[in-house]
Amino acid sequence: MADLTRDDVLKLARLARLTITDEEIEKYRKELSEILGFVEQLSQVDVTGLEPTTQVTGLKNVMREDEVVDYGATSDDLLRIVPNTQDRHIKVKRMIG
Amino acid sequence: MSQWLPVAELAAKVRAGELEAVALVEQALRTIQEKAEYNAIIATTAERARERAASIDAVVKNGQNPGKLAGVPFIAKDNYLVFGAETTAASNMLKGFNAPYQSSVIEKLESEGAICVAKANLDAFAHGGSTENSDYMVTKNPHDKDRVPGGSSGGSAAAVVLDMAPFAIGTDTGGSIRQPASFVGCVGFKPTYGLMSRFGVVAMASSTDTIGALARTTEDAAYVIDTMAGRDPRDSTTIERDPAGYTDLPTDINGKKFGLITEWLGEGVDEGVRQTIRAAADKLRAAGADVQEVSIPSLSLALAVYYIIAPAEISSNLSRYDGQRYQFSTPEAKDLFESYTKSRGEGFGAEAKRRIMIGTYVLSSGYYDAYYQKAQIVRTKLINEFNDMFTKFDFLIGPVAPTPAFKIGENSDPLQMYLVDLMTVAPSLVGIPAMSVPAGTANDLPVGLHMLAAQRQDRMLLGAAKTVEGLLQ
Repeated sequence: MADLTRDDVLKLARLARLTITDEEIEKYRKELSEILGFVEQLSQVDVTGLEPTTQVTGLKNVMREDEVVDYGATSDDLLRIVPNTQDRHIKVKRMIG
Repeated sequence: MSQWLPVAELAAKVRAGELEAVALVEQALRTIQEKAEYNAIIATTAERARERAASIDAVVKNGQNPGKLAGVPFIAKDNYLVFGAETTAASNMLKGFNAPYQSSVIEKLESEGAICVAKANLDAFAHGGSTENSDYMVTKNPHDKDRVPGGSSGGSAAAVVLDMAPFAIGTDTGGSIRQPASFVGCVGFKPTYGLMSRFGVVAMASSTDTIGALARTTEDAAYVIDTMAGRDPRDSTTIERDPAGYTDLPTDINGKKFGLITEWLGEGVDEGVRQTIRAAADKLRAAGADVQEVSIPSLSLALAVYYIIAPAEISSNLSRYDGQRYQFSTPEAKDLFESYTKSRGEGFGAEAKRRIMIGTYVLSSGYYDAYYQKAQIVRTKLINEFNDMFTKFDFLIGPVAPTPAFKIGENSDPLQMYLVDLMTVAPSLVGIPAMSVPAGTANDLPVGLHMLAAQRQDRMLLGAAKTVEGLLQ
């Protein structure tokens, strides 16, 4: 049974770029431990000689020409939905403290 | 009885000038308004729908053909990018999002004259089996307002049964079309993985995400699938459509081999559901089908495989919601890292956060082999067993869900809610076509018959379902 600690949950939240409140830490610690405990049953399964599946219909390396295709939306259309822009650039907060 | 004619007939009457698209759109919008209390609809696309209807009527008056779905109103699950209303995926994260382009399948439906009239409610980002995880509201089951309509396409399924439109489209990643179809008593079709383009649909788990239809009859669903199916250069996972199409269907089930899945009739399955499915199997036998009980030993592992693979892919797909590119962005952040974590922490609901963290865990260094890699290998085992079954049987059948629709709030524990997907996740992992066909009732609540076929046998499955639907009515 995967029994996560508070620190595990905080580490996961940080890796996943999520802020979580103090109450959420305990809630998720319990819930995530339970879910991971359930899926752990796979460790008992004998899979000798089997390869992992990554694509179910057998398609491989679907290629297309490397050219600009008109998808009906312009870069201005896409910039209109960005929360913060300046002179047609996406503006973000500073990265280095 | 439904106020709508079968989809093909309805379109034919619009093309012939006997019915007007504008009147059909008003009829749909009126019904949506009258039945607003069920919370099936997040928003209508009324203005754009009226404009499109008027232009379709004008095309008819000009003696031209507006297409095989001329003037037919439909409802799209709110994870399809559609013009005329916001696309929110029922999430706070995407609230206010106006799509800069439309989904490929919406474009295909529109090019044949269909008219989207509204966006249906869902579990936020399609995470759930009850529509209770919507960040906005809980959709109610049309048969009992205290019960869920299933999910995640619960709004689409309820809308069909509430007669708001002749058909609806949904998405199915682990059962999200089939299970609500079973809970409300309509037809729900999930195709072979890749048959319909997912371009312009909010991504959940990319290795199982599929596009499908919900309708009153298999014939209506097949007619819509025929319009949507086929390769799309904008979704590289799409496959070729069946050259024979999906309207002229092979409906003879006499002598066809059906495997009734033993694992799906065992412990934990509601007695009423079991009886309904066994009675359905008897009716198939009486109609000349060869129905035998079969066992698929690895089926019991499917849920664990799914709840590793799906969260892994969800955590990757949801990484794009970072507060910088579009929609929700926290106004308060001291630097970029905090802008990411706060935007995501405030924008995502509880279920999205759970799945993101589970996905992050199973993909993280040190756990990847034990969880994600192992799940992908057990998935192969499952695929092999299904392939073996389809050398002996034309179809596999069983229940769609262990119970009929449950009460709102009844499955409040997250893991308990995952168990609802017991029967629907395996066909998703294997990539085969699967559907729910109304089979009867248990305690006055609808129960669907789950019908599965081998990959790329969508046409054969729809044909058999059309006959089975008639037998079970």
